[in-house]
Amino acid sequence: MSDPKIEGYQFKPGFKGMAEDTGSDQTMFKGVHWGKAMMWIFLLSDTFVFSCFLISYMKGRGSTPVEWPNASEVFGLHVFGVDVPLLLIAIMTFVLITSSGTMALAVKYGYEKNRKMCGWLILATAIGGLTFVGMQAFEWSKLIHEGVRPWENPFGAAQFGSFFFMITGFHGTHVSIGVIFLFIYAYKTFAGHYDEGKRGWFTTMKGDYVEIEILGLYWHFVDLVWVFIFAFFYLW
Amino acid sequence: MEEIKKKEQEQTTTHKIGIYLWIWALLFILSFFSYMVDWYQFQGMLRWSLILIFMFLKAGLIMAFFMHLFWERYALVNVLLWPMTAIACFIFLMAAEFKYTLFTRLLYFFVGG
Repeated sequence: MSDPKIEGYQFKPGFKGMAEDTGSDQTMFKGVHWGKAMMWIFLLSDTFVFSCFLISYMKGRGSTPVEWPNASEVFGLHVFGVDVPLLLIAIMTFVLITSSGTMALAVKYGYEKNRKMCGWLILATAIGGLTFVGMQAFEWSKLIHEGVRPWENPFGAAQFGSFFFMITGFHGTHVSIGVIFLFIYAYKTFAGHYDEGKRGWFTTMKGDYVEIEILGLYWHFVDLVWVFIFAFFYLW
Repeated sequence: MEEIKKKEQEQTTTHKIGIYLWIWALLFILSFFSYMVDWYQFQGMLRWSLILIFMFLKAGLIMAFFMHLFWERYALVNVLLWPMTAIACFIFLMAAEFKYTLFTRLLYFFVGG
């Protein structure tokens, strides 16, 4: 997954390799594409943002003497005459994991220079993400209809609304931005920009399939954050 | 040298599709299990521990295989994972804080100081 073209590049596994990388001259992550390293640094900072949201949610939920709303009922759906707990959230989780899987395969086919397959898989990922955002919009409008506001709600502790809108809203924004980029990259893949090494809009960097992996890192991160939101906000 | 180069060459190409499909299937199964935790309405320690186990398994699988950290250079992996200890510290600090806040609220709202 690294770029062996960088001069003086040698791969040494384990902690020995890490010590040599860290103590080396000029470039720390030798052989790692700079775009990928920067995406990882961005994702690290984003991890801190989401951690702060989830930790403040923990603090808010833990410090209120009022009973917390039962997520399994609040997010339940009434289908075919039966109340199914947390149904919408479960479907959203499966949709996001599906799109994560198609993205992983897109990265694989990208590195194999299989343009068509890569493009179709990115498109499938984008459609999965779009479905997710759509269901989130449905969930928001349903809850707003039931009277959930950032300052009050009919189910229990008043803090529930503000944490819900803040956390899922921020995650939904990430998904939406990801979907936009997925559509752009699907177009760029189909147009063959990565085969020809065509330059992007704001960069002198030549197009390469490593860009698909960088986009994939972002998309998997969105899925990763949802794993934590699903566990702490919806299941806990 | 030659051997290292050859090994790296294999890594720069791709991994077998089977790995991705296996991880994909495992993620589905783990998500199904965590949904079942809510379906059967497990409560207390059993619920919390099951939720955490499934969550960390899913997060680990996604990071290791979908985000390729398993095959990545150690220098990069360590730069990414060590800052997580700061988050863990923050969680412990705030856990102590919310217990104290709850205590003072109960004391002043209900007992009356």
